[in-house]
Amino acid sequence: MRLVFPNPGLDNRILSHEDLDRMEKEEGDRPKWDNKTQYMLTCVGFCIGIGNVWRFPYLCQTHGGGAFLIPYLILLVLEGMPLLLLEFAIGQRLRKGSVGVWRAINPYLTGVGIASMLVSLLVGLYYNTLIAWILWYLFNSFQDPLPWTQCPLNDNGTGFVPECQRSSTVDYYFYRVTLNSSTSIADSGGIHWPIVLCLLAAWTVMCVCYIRGIGTSGKAVYVTAILPYIVLAIFLIRGLTLKGSLSGIKFLFTPDVNELINPKTWLDAGAQVFYAFSLAWGGLISFSSYNPVHNNCVQDAVILTAITGFTSIYAATVTYTIIGFRATEKYDTCISDNILTLLNAFDLPEDNITTSNYETALNHLNSSYPDTVLGLDIKTCDMQTLLSEGVEGTGLAFIVFTEAITKMPGSPFWSVLFFVMLLCLGISTLFGNIEGVVVPLKDLNLLPKKWPQEAVTGVTCAVAFIICLLFAQHSGLYWVTLFDNFAGSVPLLTIGLFEMIAVVYIYGIDRFNEDLEYMVGHKPGIFWQVTWRFISPLIVLVILVFYMVTQTQEELTYLVWDPNSEQFPSLALVPYPSWINAVVFLLAGVPSLAVPVYALYALDCICLHSRFVVSFVCLGLCMFRQKM
Amino acid sequence: MLWKVLLLLGLSSAWAQKLCSPGASDGYKVRLSINSALGDQAYVWNENEMFLFRATLAFAMRTYSDGQEYDVANVVVCDETPRVSFWFVVTSPLDASLLVDKRRVEEAVRKSRSRINSAFLLTDDTLEFIGIPPTLEAPVAPDTPPWLIAFGVVMGGVGAGIVVLLVSSVVQKIRKKRDGEEETGGKTENEAASDAIYNMSFSDDEPVTQM
Repeated sequence: MRLVFPNPGLDNRILSHEDLDRMEKEEGDRPKWDNKTQYMLTCVGFCIGIGNVWRFPYLCQTHGGGAFLIPYLILLVLEGMPLLLLEFAIGQRLRKGSVGVWRAINPYLTGVGIASMLVSLLVGLYYNTLIAWILWYLFNSFQDPLPWTQCPLNDNGTGFVPECQRSSTVDYYFYRVTLNSSTSIADSGGIHWPIVLCLLAAWTVMCVCYIRGIGTSGKAVYVTAILPYIVLAIFLIRGLTLKGSLSGIKFLFTPDVNELINPKTWLDAGAQVFYAFSLAWGGLISFSSYNPVHNNCVQDAVILTAITGFTSIYAATVTYTIIGFRATEKYDTCISDNILTLLNAFDLPEDNITTSNYETALNHLNSSYPDTVLGLDIKTCDMQTLLSEGVEGTGLAFIVFTEAITKMPGSPFWSVLFFVMLLCLGISTLFGNIEGVVVPLKDLNLLPKKWPQEAVTGVTCAVAFIICLLFAQHSGLYWVTLFDNFAGSVPLLTIGLFEMIAVVYIYGIDRFNEDLEYMVGHKPGIFWQVTWRFISPLIVLVILVFYMVTQTQEELTYLVWDPNSEQFPSLALVPYPSWINAVVFLLAGVPSLAVPVYALYALDCICLHSRFVVSFVCLGLCMFRQKM
Repeated sequence: MLWKVLLLLGLSSAWAQKLCSPGASDGYKVRLSINSALGDQAYVWNENEMFLFRATLAFAMRTYSDGQEYDVANVVVCDETPRVSFWFVVTSPLDASLLVDKRRVEEAVRKSRSRINSAFLLTDDTLEFIGIPPTLEAPVAPDTPPWLIAFGVVMGGVGAGIVVLLVSSVVQKIRKKRDGEEETGGKTENEAASDAIYNMSFSDDEPVTQM
């Protein structure tokens, strides 16, 4: 006997197989993909995002290089692929968006769809801000020399602005010129209008690409999904011809098998797989619902998994050729500077000390004149440190890569190419995102039914733009990091877990198997059965529990750009203000709790409901305050 | 007589050497990095090059200082090192024992820096006057920021795209409505015509049955 919760009335809420066959022949008004390629490219574009370029290479390198691929690929197959097929199949079978699907399975489960919509909305907001920053850099790449190669002069023209002098031109350009960062998240400092214009551009581009739903976005993906691969190939060829690229690749892939014993490696691999597949956002369910009923979704899931795995490794390789090049350049400059300092101090002829005899010369001088050498302040040039600095997140794209590009001949061309690639990666992910917001809004009847798709898209983009002005403040960078850490982590894992439980134990795994047999022609094999029922939910549960435990134990801190701090030019680690706990609860708690809260609301526990919700909120806040 | 002249020359050069010393209050240290600047094309630093330096500096003092007739002899050099660095002081053309003030020398060097650099095929970084920072070139700032142009192009394109898509949707809807109306209008006409035929045949039957 299978463990299935009683689910009366399920047959009344969903279309039967005969209905589906009939609908296949009729010309319905539900949107459809023009061809299979469009669907696959949309899914590929959704899954392959900016995280593949700036999150996976960092994880790979810090968790033992080549050895990280083992947990990553294992979890890709055991955790990612089953959930992927689950979302594909349920969307294709029930022919509805995320809210519609869960509502059809059981009205008490509508909360899962609502949670997906909230998460898609919150993530979409900060993701499009990243797109706005990318657009800013793209617009500024059409000039030679690039603006982040030069420091502005100070008032009397004898030197550079001290903030730029003490850090670097690229740091200054990102933190001061682009964002005009304040020193704390509480210090909003007003709106920075260049970012407002870029946000406007980002949301308008999204609006025009999605204005007719998948009708327009399906055409746009031909460019946004394919162009990144071409650009990565160009960068790979360019990168391999640069000096020092191979040291970067070696650094990336050098395996450290000891990392496999570290549980954090497996946790990070699992979390990365989960986010890489854009699971639990609701977009994949929507996209699959536009497929013909007999589309082979099993094959699609396997192909998409393979493409994601391959692209992650491919992007990581390209990224680390460029990082290796930059580190080598900085190392060479460091050594040359030290050589010059020594030559100047001891008035030796220029070719006395070269890069080859630097070490011996330094030791000789140190032993003969230790005091003088000490007073010279010789910098230690360490290749490993240079290879590991700033290689994650926004730091990678806007600081490390921009600096590397300035050292390549023909910098504006490479800069334009790089930011166009990031733009395409981001936009194609946002298509799935906006699908996961707009379709539930229509299903929940929050927008009038008679509005055409264009009006729905336009209103959604306009409202989202206004909310995004939060990120256009001087403290915008800190808000983006906050959203990144909390809106996109715990809620997604929670929703994923609920999805699996809902399909396997509430919809019924037997019924699901029959559906797949009807759609694809054969029942899913033993691998799928085992992973759907036990392995994948277990993995997600373990990751979720560990995440929550580590998050609640750590003190909430963040990195700020503060020219007056002692660690400048490194970012300073400061604690969050106390009111941030309420914001974190809103970002992470509300979507996660949407499932149980909605279920209780639907059970007509009205008098209990409001008191329950209020007391729950208070409990949550008390927990966080106590933890402080 | 000859020995008096020789003594005077010796004394004056010794005096001049006394004026110039490392760390002199009115002198500056100069450092050249010829190898790093020119690589294979580097020239050897020798007495002739030093003569050129003294002449260039005299030129700078003549043109940008008080206009007096400075000569090569007025630029005194000392403490040469293999690094190719040395100290120099400038003596007044009127009185060889008097040093020209530091600030006047600095001003003259600053104003003629590019001439001095180009005489030696070097740059501000490779021909250093320690204590005289080079006036930095301001970064190139065009009148219209280029990013606004790119932004304008993108927004224009996107705006045009939105307008085109909206207009085409509206046109499609109007066309669909018009096609729908034509169909229903045609149907009613056909029905009226068949009714008329039917009535005619009915009225034809009447006289036959009456008989």
